[in-house]
Amino acid sequence: MSFTSKLRSFALATALALSVATPAAWADEQYFPLQSYRVGPYAAGGTGFFGGFIDYLNLVNIRDGGVNGVKLTWDECETQYEVERGVECYERQKTAKNVAAFNPLSLGIQIALLERATADKIPVITIDHGMTATSDGRVFPYFFPLLMNPPSETSAIINYIGQREGGLDKLKGKKVVVLYHGSPYGKETIPIYELLAEKYGFELQQIEVPHPGSDQQSQWLTIRRLKPDYVVLRGWGVMNPVAIKSAQKVGFPVDHLIGNVWSNSEEDVIPAGSAAKGYISLITQPSGTEFPVVQEIIKTLYDKNLGNLEDKKRIGSVYHNLGIVNGILNVEAIRTAQEKFGNRALTGEEVQWGFEHLNLDEAKIAKLGGAGLLQQIHVTCADHEGQGSVKFQQWDGEKWNLVSDWIKPDRELLRPVIEAAAAKYAAEKNITPRTCAE
Amino acid sequence: MTAVTIESRKPFSLPGWAATAAVLGVAYVGVPLLASNYVLEALLIPFLALSLAALGLNVLTGYAGMVSLGSAAFMAVGAYTAYNVALRLPGTPLPLVLAVAGFAAAAIGLLFGLPSLRLRGFYLAVSTLAAQFFVQWALTKFDWFSNGNSSGVIDTPPLSVFGIGFDGTIGRYLFALTVVTVITFLVHRLVISQTGRNFIAIRDNETAARVIGVPVLRTKLLAFGISSFIIGVAGVLWAFAYLRTVEPAGFNLDRSFQILFIIIIGGLASIRGAFFGAALIVVFPLVLSRLGSFLLGGLFDSGVLDMSQRIVLGALIIIFLIAEPDGLVALWDRFRRRVFPGT
Repeated sequence: MSFTSKLRSFALATALALSVATPAAWADEQYFPLQSYRVGPYAAGGTGFFGGFIDYLNLVNIRDGGVNGVKLTWDECETQYEVERGVECYERQKTAKNVAAFNPLSLGIQIALLERATADKIPVITIDHGMTATSDGRVFPYFFPLLMNPPSETSAIINYIGQREGGLDKLKGKKVVVLYHGSPYGKETIPIYELLAEKYGFELQQIEVPHPGSDQQSQWLTIRRLKPDYVVLRGWGVMNPVAIKSAQKVGFPVDHLIGNVWSNSEEDVIPAGSAAKGYISLITQPSGTEFPVVQEIIKTLYDKNLGNLEDKKRIGSVYHNLGIVNGILNVEAIRTAQEKFGNRALTGEEVQWGFEHLNLDEAKIAKLGGAGLLQQIHVTCADHEGQGSVKFQQWDGEKWNLVSDWIKPDRELLRPVIEAAAAKYAAEKNITPRTCAE
Repeated sequence: MTAVTIESRKPFSLPGWAATAAVLGVAYVGVPLLASNYVLEALLIPFLALSLAALGLNVLTGYAGMVSLGSAAFMAVGAYTAYNVALRLPGTPLPLVLAVAGFAAAAIGLLFGLPSLRLRGFYLAVSTLAAQFFVQWALTKFDWFSNGNSSGVIDTPPLSVFGIGFDGTIGRYLFALTVVTVITFLVHRLVISQTGRNFIAIRDNETAARVIGVPVLRTKLLAFGISSFIIGVAGVLWAFAYLRTVEPAGFNLDRSFQILFIIIIGGLASIRGAFFGAALIVVFPLVLSRLGSFLLGGLFDSGVLDMSQRIVLGALIIIFLIAEPDGLVALWDRFRRRVFPGT
């Protein structure tokens, strides 16, 4: 868009906004408040994820005429990944009609919403992250760390390392360093790694990289001294390429550097250049454009210039696909709730019911065009995570290639940790957990 | 900095009282009746907390002439102390919790104020940076402060004073308002007292102050102590009344700068300046952001909007300061004199 055309559209928009708003053509609208971040150190994640999310909502509107005739609407409020901005956005956006669910994509903001969203009865979705305890739906009815919560991620990474070493019993005596981002998100898994280290007998060292992580000299010198067998990268944003480059500088083999679910995107490896060749990371949804739903998004939106991503090369990237998966889960939760409450715009409380009964098997996922992109998911009243699995991928300098099958976290080991954390929260806040009679 | 003079009007003239009473009346009665939840939660409560922090810094920087970049650290000390007192000594009445938090922040403030005895200006500002980094580091490093919460984020306990809960939006607003009102009144008394005059004397000419018998050493430390106390209490408001969760990263250097800008823009060495500046810094970006997304939300994504808001805000601040280098307070007074001559 040239400057003059921008100027023209500015004038047009001003005129439109000042004129009386035309009544909506749709009978019913379901609103998604998006707490996105498109500027700041985490913009790569924010633009990709929210781009994918918006693309999918748009696809459902254009292709299917909304969800059973209910139009999906949204607007964005910029948080820059900062908690107080997220709180302001929440207060601003929650006053709208028919709020479906918040998707802050930030653990700090999620924690700030714990009491607010519960009181307001609005679901908060934290796909692939979120506070550990919120997986226990009995204490946190309105919070959904869908697909994979931090303990599951931790366990899956250790299981993968065990697989590579030829069995979990081979982990004994191995040395693992966890390099984590100095934010609530980064610290969330510290006790889980300790638990696993104790169980499998590997030596563990956890090193913090202060936010935003653009300088990691001293951390990598420590790693060189420790000579670990594996380094787990629990990074975010600019910290990731810096870590990969620093690993190369101190001579650490990059294929023993294992990235977690927020260190797994094209935006993390491309800036690191050749240093990233061979880097391995975890995903809950593969990248690529071959999946039918991504193809439809390209055909319906990007071919007609309606797509949300500015750079078309990012279509089908890890973050974009995660946004699409997030869109699928949100929309299907609404569809599930509509089966019970009727095909109309729903309240937050009703959408919460939909999330809690979200059950997508392979057949349903295939019908949605997500075969291969999304694992089956089954959320229940007690389990707000949904029993997802993960894969591992390796960067070859051009694209990601899958290097593992679906790997399951050790949920039997983790569930007591989650329940204990939730019980502690419930005791602090005087909450009586719901009984989940299902 | 020295351009600001003591307000020469009689502090207790009737119009002054009437104006204050009117403002308080509106704040206590009108606002809770009329304002929406959003206005209270997202505008007024953070405005009150930041105003109080700015007021605290103004005692140090505006009146006593010592620049500090450690305000956010003192806020963090206050917030974490209050959290730990409430957690480990359950049943402590809230006013006492506030006082303990304030004194803890004052103690840390005194400690990091010691270099002020030998350093001035920029050198002092740099040495207060040490407080900023040290406090954040300590709160992250020792998880005792956050009660072993793995993510380092703490959830604040509910507010109640002598059995009366202040948990609703209006309750938290009134609580914050009361704390701010009381402390503002005390600061007002302080700056017209002998101690307040001593602060100004040291700011304007330290040697001259020493010659006329101002105890420079004690006065400087006192300024640091009082200022940190107030900022610590502001930290409690920020954590308990506004966000209701606290993480060390929320009290970073950016927050310190924000508070410093509030007093520079609002007006140094002026009580109203803290409130004027906080209003501009807190409310104005939100107004711009809402206006921007209302007018242009459909055309540009939120990132572009956010960037343009920064440009507009930056430009406006420069214009304000060119129009009135003494801050918004001076601008306001000039405006008032023109509209209502004779007051």
